[in-house]
Amino acid sequence: MTAPAVLPARGLADRLTALFWRHPRVLLSLLLAPPLLWLGVVYLGSLAALLLQSFYSIDEFSGVVKEEFTLKTYAELFRAQNLDIILRTVLMSAAVTLGCALIAFPIAYYAARFAKGRWKAVFYLGVMLPLWSSYLVKVYAWKLILAKEGIITWAADALHLSMVLNAILSIPGIGGNSLSTSWIGTFLVFVYIWLPYMILPMQAALERVPSSMLEASADLGASRAQTFRTVVFPLAMPGIIAGSIFTFSLTMGDYIIPQIVGTSARFIGLAVYQLQGTAGNIPLAAAFAVVPIVIMLVYLTVAKRMGAFDAL
Amino acid sequence: MHSDRASFGLRAAALGGLLFLHLPILIIFLYAFTTEEKSYAFPPPGLTTEWFAVAWNRADIWPPLYLSLWVATISTLLAMILGTLVSAAMAQTRFFGREQISLLILLPIALPGVITGMSLRSAFSIMDIPFSTLTIILGHATFCIVIVYNNAVARFRRLSGGILEASADLGANSFQTFRHVFLPNLGSALLAGGMLAFALSFDEVIVTTFTAGQQSTLPIWMLQELVRPRQRPVTNVVAIVVFMATFLPILIAYYLTRNGSETAGAGK
Repeated sequence: MTAPAVLPARGLADRLTALFWRHPRVLLSLLLAPPLLWLGVVYLGSLAALLLQSFYSIDEFSGVVKEEFTLKTYAELFRAQNLDIILRTVLMSAAVTLGCALIAFPIAYYAARFAKGRWKAVFYLGVMLPLWSSYLVKVYAWKLILAKEGIITWAADALHLSMVLNAILSIPGIGGNSLSTSWIGTFLVFVYIWLPYMILPMQAALERVPSSMLEASADLGASRAQTFRTVVFPLAMPGIIAGSIFTFSLTMGDYIIPQIVGTSARFIGLAVYQLQGTAGNIPLAAAFAVVPIVIMLVYLTVAKRMGAFDAL
Repeated sequence: MHSDRASFGLRAAALGGLLFLHLPILIIFLYAFTTEEKSYAFPPPGLTTEWFAVAWNRADIWPPLYLSLWVATISTLLAMILGTLVSAAMAQTRFFGREQISLLILLPIALPGVITGMSLRSAFSIMDIPFSTLTIILGHATFCIVIVYNNAVARFRRLSGGILEASADLGANSFQTFRHVFLPNLGSALLAGGMLAFALSFDEVIVTTFTAGQQSTLPIWMLQELVRPRQRPVTNVVAIVVFMATFLPILIAYYLTRNGSETAGAGK
């Protein structure tokens, strides 16, 4: 004898639940529709608009955008001054990526291998807070620090190192009147701002290095330096490459930092901003904005070839 | 030679790196109290608190502050709704196009802000959409979705899929499961994501310069002051306000999620 199941009356919610159960696709589509519509229309639509604009051109006399397909705007990118901008941006991105990797490695390595308990939290928050705190405030802080009358000049005076500072500033090409108007200044601020983006993936990669491998390496007679070179570093490489993707791409697209700290030479970001704003040349601005996309696609392809994503 | 202690050089480099990340921010606080108005002289010739009063009475600061708060609030709400929906869908099943969708969500933050900004600008230009608060929100909500999504998805990974089935077995319908199982488990992760999204939106300047037209958010106001300074210490006071408005949500997000294997913010 089994008692009949007592089932409550079925309302609309229950009937919908039954529908979702029988046809999981319905629920999936309902969940996905709003976000995909948003991203599809607003974001992909905009990217398509960017590409479209880059194939338009501007009438040199009237300044009106001609809505006809042409490659003229892309050809303009190959003018000497525009090539300069692209080359300068890529060089700076590469230098910043290298600088970030050098400073980030000890932090990531220490945090992943040696920090325990309390210190682990300190390192975690210590990287996370600068990552998330206001971008503009951080850039502004560096304007104060690097100013000619600012704290670095003062510290150099106090330590009787003014000679060193002046010697650094007089290096032709990257020096300048003061740190805040030199390439060194721009480089320093870029490294500072994007450093956390390098530390985090590096640390994640280093944390996945099993300590048994380090012990095995030691058992086989490797010195600390050998273990580092042949075990730790190769295993950390995917993390370094992942971090470099961030620092490279972020530096390439930034236009606030070179505008506030450094020489007035233009970067891709600033060129895009000025072309669409004061110059009103949206097609050329769009073509310029396509350049970082193409460079990043090449970068990602090379990184993938090198197996950077296999270990992630 | 296996040892569990870091060498002195490594420790020094690691701590030095951490200091390098934090000292510059402290400078901002010091300069808000300086009596020197025309330059960034260090050390400050004297200390004063008058700039807080001056900043309070400056009429040109309040409208950008309100606009920033408004934009950040609306964008965060939109991002939380859209981010929750997409994370619920992604948690459920493996389906065709899953990888592509996660890439699509990530793209607005993975590509440099100039590209997102210029893309939106191109679209507005082609469709003749005039700049407004709405165009700012459109941009902000787009790159905030990924922040909420990342937090929610990380929590889902920890959540055993069995509890949703258990809820169904016990007779709950989809909506009851959402209300009584899904939300309580995901609530703090979503809130943390919302906090981070708010901080990101409140502080955003690059995309905003392309979508704001004549309007100023607080970061745009700051940028103008940076390029052409008027009362430098007042800018410092505003910088502290912006810093706190992003710093507090980050701390709250950290405390909301610190007990999990995932912690908020790891994927800005």
